[in-house]
Amino acid sequence: MELLMAIVIGILFMCATYLMLSKSILRIIIGTGLLSHGAHLLILTMGGLKGGSVPLLSDEAATYVDPLPQALILTAIVISFGVTSFLLVLAYRTYQELGTDDMEEMRGTETNE
Amino acid sequence: MSLLHWAVLSPFLLALIVPILYKLFRQIHTGWFVLILPILLFTYFSRFISLTKQGDIVMESATWIPSLGIDVDFYVDGLGLLFALLITGIGSLVVLYSIFYLSKEKEKLNQFYVFLLLFMGAMLGVVLSDNLIVLYSFWEFTSLSSFLLIGYWNERERSRYGAQKSLLITVLGGLSMLGGIILLSIMGNTFSIRELIAKSGELMDHSLFVPALLLVLLGAFTKSAQFPFHIWLPDAMEAPTPVSAYLHSATMVKAGIYLVARLSPVFAESGLWFWLVSIAGLITLFWGSFFAIKQTDLKGILAFSTISQLGLIMSLLGLGAAALHYETLGENIYLAATVAAVFHLINHATFKGSLFMVAGIIDHETGTRDIRKLGGLMQLMPITFTVAVIGAFSMAGLPPFNGFLSKEMFLASMVNVLQLNIFNMETWGVLFPVVAWVASVFTFIYSMIVVLKPFTGKLQLQLLERKPHEAPVGMLISPIILASLVIIFGIFPNLLSSSIIKPAVAGIQPSLAGPDFQVHIAFWHGFEPEVWMTIGIIAFGILLYKTLPKWQKVTQWIPERISLNALYDNVVRGLERSASFVMKVLMTGSIRTYLLSIFLFFIFSLGFTLYWKDAFKLDAGNFAPIGIYELVLAGIIVIGSVAILFARSRLTSIIILGAVGYTISLFFVLLRAPDLALTQLVIETISVALFLLCFFHLPLMASRKEERMTFKLNNAMISIGVGVIVTLIALSAHSNKLFDSISSYYLENAYKEAGGKNVVNVILVDFRGLDTMFEITVLSIAALGIFAMIKLRLTGGKDKS
Repeated sequence: MELLMAIVIGILFMCATYLMLSKSILRIIIGTGLLSHGAHLLILTMGGLKGGSVPLLSDEAATYVDPLPQALILTAIVISFGVTSFLLVLAYRTYQELGTDDMEEMRGTETNE
Repeated sequence: MSLLHWAVLSPFLLALIVPILYKLFRQIHTGWFVLILPILLFTYFSRFISLTKQGDIVMESATWIPSLGIDVDFYVDGLGLLFALLITGIGSLVVLYSIFYLSKEKEKLNQFYVFLLLFMGAMLGVVLSDNLIVLYSFWEFTSLSSFLLIGYWNERERSRYGAQKSLLITVLGGLSMLGGIILLSIMGNTFSIRELIAKSGELMDHSLFVPALLLVLLGAFTKSAQFPFHIWLPDAMEAPTPVSAYLHSATMVKAGIYLVARLSPVFAESGLWFWLVSIAGLITLFWGSFFAIKQTDLKGILAFSTISQLGLIMSLLGLGAAALHYETLGENIYLAATVAAVFHLINHATFKGSLFMVAGIIDHETGTRDIRKLGGLMQLMPITFTVAVIGAFSMAGLPPFNGFLSKEMFLASMVNVLQLNIFNMETWGVLFPVVAWVASVFTFIYSMIVVLKPFTGKLQLQLLERKPHEAPVGMLISPIILASLVIIFGIFPNLLSSSIIKPAVAGIQPSLAGPDFQVHIAFWHGFEPEVWMTIGIIAFGILLYKTLPKWQKVTQWIPERISLNALYDNVVRGLERSASFVMKVLMTGSIRTYLLSIFLFFIFSLGFTLYWKDAFKLDAGNFAPIGIYELVLAGIIVIGSVAILFARSRLTSIIILGAVGYTISLFFVLLRAPDLALTQLVIETISVALFLLCFFHLPLMASRKEERMTFKLNNAMISIGVGVIVTLIALSAHSNKLFDSISSYYLENAYKEAGGKNVVNVILVDFRGLDTMFEITVLSIAALGIFAMIKLRLTGGKDKS
């Protein structure tokens, strides 16, 4: 299971990187979305999978899965949502103002001005 | 916090109020308010004279960072008190002088006095701190305030240049001094100067002793403008003249001398210290006096003269270190060098202070400081002339002024070097009196230039900006006080000897200057070599001054191109150029370049570490079994994410991203994480909606031709690299269990401590509640950002939305 997960994570990261290296701002944002998915799964896998029952304390269960990665991921999901939505609105406004979604056209160094 | 602490802090506190006073009382010159403080402080510190005279030391402690051994311990001993009196005494006179020098209508007085007060407080802190870290902090503060004061007329290019130069050089020295301080603390296990002195014996043999010595000396030499770091001082003359008189002659530049004197008990036993301090001092003495002759700016001459005199004091402190190698006091002629250093330090502050003020008066009254334009001012400004004569003759070492006495003592010490039989002095010792004598001849010449060029000769009114007349009385008070001190100390030197000089020497050489050590300064002690040397100096000096036009060209023999200044300029320019080059290479403005470097760094640093540490491990033993359902989900994720790469339209990619997200939430269900699954579902829904909102309903965007991503081999290679590395890390992280998980704590205590059965929730809202609060903060910031972007338009206040 862990091996499978590791490969899935690797593929998620690979696609995310490829998307982020493209020029289109939308693809970059989609890339960051995939990247955070990969990162969440990575944290979960590191702690070990299916080592026990759901971390809801009860008398029946003898062992529980690690609750700490879950707490971390929960925070990370929310934060990545915040970042993604910020980026989206940023891209939207940039497009409205500049009329392009190509990052290369948006280059604003002092030398180009 | 004792009264002593408040005394050191008071300038800082007053600096806070000065801008308010400036705004409230525009009619009154702000200097009058400021003047009260140094006078109060001077009277406060003079009370300590009676204590230090008996060898007592006042020590007051206040804790600051006790865990690091950093406490604000101030202590007043003879040496510290001497400096404190100089700082407050000269400070009072300078503030008084500045009231008449700086016009209250034209100048930004609030800034000036704030900077000056900052300096005063910082300088008091330097000379009274026992803790080296505290000393260092105040030390850098003096560099900073000096920078601000040199750049006071910041609309002038030369001021900015001089300010930057002084800051770069003194802060370079300051940082290396910090290094030296840290080394000292490693050796002695303390930051306290007193404790280090007590341990000086064992420090000598430590392997870090020499590096610490070199670093500390670098700090002292840059601050005290010793060769080859002296180049900042002439450029610092762009500061208003009261500042030059105060910082760059009487006090701040003597901080380096203070440091050398203060740490003498720690280092002076070493031969390296003796050589470095005395040789640097002698070279500076000669260099400064020689180049002073070349200058045409009155303040320029005084700047080089200050450099030269600082070198003189430094070389005396170096020679004084030789005293430690002779046991008995009776024959210990080298202690006299230290006495001469302290005495000359006081004398220099008086005569150089008065000369700077004279230069300021001339500048103020005529509009120029160029000695080629000045001349014949004697009749117009008799009082200023008198002060100038007293100051310059004292500087030249003529009787009956105080400079004569300390100069004689200096020459005597240099002659005594000939009897020194340690550190190979038998071979090189003869150079000391020779260099000292030659430099003294030049000192005589530039002293004559300072007083004779502007005041005698022909008055060329057409070259001057305004018609000169005697300065206002207020401006004359301070130089007159200093000039009278020059005479008083000259005629009654023993006023100082037991009250000030002896305790100060005891601070520099505690092991030698015991209770039976006495300082007695006499005018006449027979036809000793130094008397003949003085006579020779005067004779040769007059001769050379008379023939000055014939040989002055000699001073031009070093072309400007290869001077130290040119070296400094080139280094600074090179730094600026390379910085902007690096900036241009790295900051291209292309996000792709940035991401590329991040990813490449990621691959190589992590890959290399994995390989180098042999960290990759695959432990299949505790792998969980794979179910068919999981296999299907994993397949969907893989297919989905790869499909995004090939998607033609934006809409498709957004929908696939959503699909991947939902699959992941199903994964969370399988992996026993119900909370994650729920959150992921909700968030994914909102995200997809937001994506669609932004990109689908943007009409232009939708109509634009959409195309598939073109394949790029480079990008693909990097992506595959990242993917592989992450996979390897995921496997290794799972297989390497270096320590037990801390999760069991939460499982055990979730119900006991927080009364919740959902452990994940308990962690988030209870154990790590603050983290969650900051998470909410991040979200709010993002929300505010989004709101601002949507609502605000850069259309000059018009709201288009």
